[in-house]
Amino acid sequence: MATQEVQLNETLAHLKTESETLKSKLEEERAKLHDVELHQVAEKVEGLGQFVMKTRRTLKGHGNKVLCMDWCKDKRRIVSSSQDGKVIVWDAFTTNKEHAVTMPCTWVMACAYAPSGCAVACGGLDNKCSVYPLSLDKNENLAAKKKSVAMHTNYLSACSFTNSDMQILTSSGDGTCALWDVESGQLLQSFHGHAADVLCLDLAPSETGNTFGQCIQSFETHESDINSVRYYPSGDAFASGSDDATCRLYDLRADREVAIYSKESIIFGVSSVDFSLSGRLLFGGYNDYTINVWDVLKGTRVSILFGHENRVSTLRVSPDGTAFSTGSWDHTLRV
Amino acid sequence: QIEDIVTRIQDEKAGGVAIRTVKSFLSKIPSVVSGADIVQWLMKNLSIEDPAEAIHLGSLVAAHGYIFPISDHVLTLKDDGTLYRFQSPYFWPSNCWEPENTDYAIYLCKRTMQNKARLELADYEAENLARLQRAFARKWEFIFMQAEAQVKIDRKKDKAERKILDSQERAFWDVHRPVPGCVNTTEMDIRKCRRERNPHRVKKSVYGVPDDGQSQPSPIHISSQPTRKPTKEDVQKEITFLNIQLDRHCMKVSKVADSLMTYTEQFMEYDPFVSATEPSNPWISDDSTFWDLEASREPSQQRVKKWGFSLEEALKDPAGRDQFLKFLESEFSSENLRFWLAVQDLKRRPLQEVASRAQEIWQEFLAEGAPSSINLDSHSYERTSQNLKDPGRYSYEDAQEHIFKLMKSDSYARFLRSNIYQDLLLARKK
Repeated sequence: MATQEVQLNETLAHLKTESETLKSKLEEERAKLHDVELHQVAEKVEGLGQFVMKTRRTLKGHGNKVLCMDWCKDKRRIVSSSQDGKVIVWDAFTTNKEHAVTMPCTWVMACAYAPSGCAVACGGLDNKCSVYPLSLDKNENLAAKKKSVAMHTNYLSACSFTNSDMQILTSSGDGTCALWDVESGQLLQSFHGHAADVLCLDLAPSETGNTFGQCIQSFETHESDINSVRYYPSGDAFASGSDDATCRLYDLRADREVAIYSKESIIFGVSSVDFSLSGRLLFGGYNDYTINVWDVLKGTRVSILFGHENRVSTLRVSPDGTAFSTGSWDHTLRV
Repeated sequence: QIEDIVTRIQDEKAGGVAIRTVKSFLSKIPSVVSGADIVQWLMKNLSIEDPAEAIHLGSLVAAHGYIFPISDHVLTLKDDGTLYRFQSPYFWPSNCWEPENTDYAIYLCKRTMQNKARLELADYEAENLARLQRAFARKWEFIFMQAEAQVKIDRKKDKAERKILDSQERAFWDVHRPVPGCVNTTEMDIRKCRRERNPHRVKKSVYGVPDDGQSQPSPIHISSQPTRKPTKEDVQKEITFLNIQLDRHCMKVSKVADSLMTYTEQFMEYDPFVSATEPSNPWISDDSTFWDLEASREPSQQRVKKWGFSLEEALKDPAGRDQFLKFLESEFSSENLRFWLAVQDLKRRPLQEVASRAQEIWQEFLAEGAPSSINLDSHSYERTSQNLKDPGRYSYEDAQEHIFKLMKSDSYARFLRSNIYQDLLLARKK
């Protein structure tokens, strides 16, 4: 038995060396394609002018940290979830609260608006993702209509509807992502590949979307937890925000990181990122209570926004790009 | 990272801030720095242009407990002569302090024992003390004794040293038991709590009080996953994956950069953050006309222009779909688009309806003698009819892709040249 084990260890070591060799070969190959930096190419692009961005709306009503939010396709409604266990739907334009649901657990870390605008999904420490239909009847007890859709073995970190109300994608602290059918609660597909908690997810912006399956690409350049990922509007690239205080842009076609957005004076982690409609601006919500706005192509910071009194935990640009909303540990949301 | 900065600031020789003893009234104030000095240093060494930013950063450094104003409980940085002191590394957050209420009780108790005016309790502290006395009623004798012991130890120290240590201790508690209304910076994102920074979970007491086992470890801490050692299968999977990556055809960064730039430039005029929205951005003007216009079926020229970017863009806009359909109907070739739309709709159907809808689509578009028969290559046709034996939302994926490509290369281009499109695009042009 002992010799078998030794043999096993040897093959394992052998395999590991093979893996290492492949990795360096891959790096070499990729480096060959790295002929220029994005910001160098972007030098010929016109610079952006000064921006005046102000808080236009402040949504108050949560009793504790706001953890997550999402926009409705109608561009004015927002759903937000908080550590106080409440999920609230607001008409952000008028700042009215339209619905409120109390979840049985605190720390509701994920919430999402259905594309039709008729339902919201949320979850967190309860390890589940539940879908609540939104009814216009104010007297109806929404909690009674709740549908439990997803089950994970650890906390739910993010959820998102796919192109319809019928399917939801979830990610969890148990290291997996999963696709569920909303009506039946059936698990349609499961995605493994992460070695640790999955903190966030985003879907490519294409209309069709059955590209689920194997892990296609992998990127490892951040030095710490990656808290947020978001696709670039064309779907060819994505940005990430991390505890190492940087945001990075990765291109899927070049299969590498193409830009880093960082500054010596930014030492707190990024909790959430999103692009403006054209992809020219990248907004990052930081744990130092600020929002930094980056010029995606040139790699420079365009603006820094103050206003929140505690960490910015979540940030999303509205579907038509007219505004972006942030949620914070200071119990408020701002647009 | 904060600690890096704080260490640098204190290192006078390497261009840090001068820490001096300031003479004030009857006594000397040892080891302090002025707020303005700190702000200056931050701006110079971290290339910050705006003093507001430096103040913000400095205040955060203070709020986390690395520097503190010597005469205030509220931990913020001010850009003036207010004096600050650096916190002793013993009390730094990286030591994973989670001080118990017993420690806090001892601290407050100790403060009341000393007769100095400057050590008087603030209102909120007095309230806290009263609360703790009620909570620890039975243990109070023990706490009192600990406090006395601490006072004795303190008395032995040198006066100047005591001033410094007292202030550092007070600052420590300002972080862990903040003034009501101030942000508690020790709060952590619950998702990260599992990562054991203090792997042995040794409950350190600030005053050396042994842990009497009353504290409950948080449920998150219990369920930490043991790190898995990679097995042979894992490494084999990795190797396969790496090989696939090596074979992947990748683009050069220069090409990719160009493509990103082109895309961005094309859409910049539609980006409300970069270009002005007509008639106005609803969030700024409180007027929702912009949204009404966007939702209408009578598109603006700008919107029509977007349809010309790609077939995807044209189909995203309901008005675009309408117009494209209208055009195709005029050519009697609308079956492709109608098929595409039907398949999109299929994906949104509830599961019970999927099977029947899928059949309907087959009957309408693909079956022999279908009323709107579409032109599929034999390969896709075979695949699709196979898929339909067990119909699902994505049974028509192959077919849809094929049809999409067909439309893109053929009818879409003609649509853009058509009168229907051109009229809309050029309409209202003077």
